[in-house]
Amino acid sequence: MSESANAIQFFTGFRFSDLGFLAEAAGNTLLISVISISIGSVLGCLFGWALHVSVLARYLLGSVLDIFRSVPLIIQLLLFFNFFPILGLPLEPFAAGCIVLIFYTSALVAQVARGGIEAVPDSMRRASRSLGMSYLQDMRYVVWPIGARAMLPAWTGVALGVLKDSALVSVLGYLELLRASQILITRTQEPFIILAIVGAFYFALSYPIGKLSARLEQRWQYD
Amino acid sequence: MIELNSVNKSFGDLQVLKGIDLSVAKGEVLSVIGASGSGKSTMLYCINALEQIQGGSISVDGLDVHAKSTDINKLRQNIGMVFQQWNSFPHLTVLDNVALAPKIVLKKSADEARSIAEKQLQHVGLGDKLDTYPTRMSGGQQQRLAIARALAMEPGYMLFDEVTSALDPELVGEVLDTLRLLREDGMTMIVVTHEINFARDVSDRIAFFHQGVIEELAPAKELVNNPQRQRTQQFLSKVL
Repeated sequence: MSESANAIQFFTGFRFSDLGFLAEAAGNTLLISVISISIGSVLGCLFGWALHVSVLARYLLGSVLDIFRSVPLIIQLLLFFNFFPILGLPLEPFAAGCIVLIFYTSALVAQVARGGIEAVPDSMRRASRSLGMSYLQDMRYVVWPIGARAMLPAWTGVALGVLKDSALVSVLGYLELLRASQILITRTQEPFIILAIVGAFYFALSYPIGKLSARLEQRWQYD
Repeated sequence: MIELNSVNKSFGDLQVLKGIDLSVAKGEVLSVIGASGSGKSTMLYCINALEQIQGGSISVDGLDVHAKSTDINKLRQNIGMVFQQWNSFPHLTVLDNVALAPKIVLKKSADEARSIAEKQLQHVGLGDKLDTYPTRMSGGQQQRLAIARALAMEPGYMLFDEVTSALDPELVGEVLDTLRLLREDGMTMIVVTHEINFARDVSDRIAFFHQGVIEELAPAKELVNNPQRQRTQQFLSKVL
């Protein structure tokens, strides 16, 4: 057998069924992103509120969140993933990726949320309190709707960023889009077509988020 | 009745209220005049506990405003307040701006809250703006909206903090007319204002504030036409 015939056994070209493999991986990217963005955003709003109300939180929590914001995500992932087995508590790549992405998201959203809360003028909050609203009612019916509108564009940026950054979880071995593409590229030796397809998948996942946000922004216009 | 006894209020080292004694009876309209920084607005904020006091006491209908046991949210339902900045809720329609507090604070049904809001908005002349968003309205209209919003809680007292100061001159009249309307309704009001003529014509008494004390307190026409204190005379000669 010639050398080229040998090579064909190791490297097989891109097949239609590989699309299914990529779609499955895209599903995993979507899963880890949705979990991280939703839980991270809720946590981030709570953190943002804490940063707004408490000087102590600004120092303590603020410093911790700064670490999450400043250290490259790939380093956070590798440190976290390798730290738990040392304690005798091995973590699945998916769980480790989720936890790190959740805190990473929350650190980014916290500052956005604090900005949203502070976008509501004090005088307006005094007006709502003067109507007899409790602190929580003021937060729920006045600060939240106004602040959410103010933070929507920045939050969208964070969400899109996290969706794309979830590719880094591939270094832990979690089979998401980038990891799947690496496997296929190794097998097919056709990086160009595979990366183009993976790029299209990422676009298909991101585009609705941007669209939805733009639509909300339009609906939430004040007139 | 609103009663202030020897009220002291400081911001850090700066004492802005120095032993204020004042009482406003049910049905009375008291105007408060004086230079900026004399403590007029701060006094209003203290009356509904938007600011804490450092000494003395304030009571509304016999209830100690600053006592720990006082349910401040309940108390504020009885004291409407309108601010220099109208602070309309920009995300709500005019109707919902007014209906919100009756719905969530007074626990009225949506229909009840709506009819209360409609009534109050008609009263201040905004009956044709129910579904408009406040950002589409003039400052004068938004200020009348703020008045309707406060009135919707059916308060026993109304506090007005320089409600015309941020308005274009041509819009001042419509807001003052609304206050006149309230006076005719018999509403008890404390009106902090720079509109001396309005204060003279509409209020029962006027208090002149100077550097955190009540320099002079007298029936409205008497204080404006025949001020007794030199500082009052100086102030009035500057603004009239």
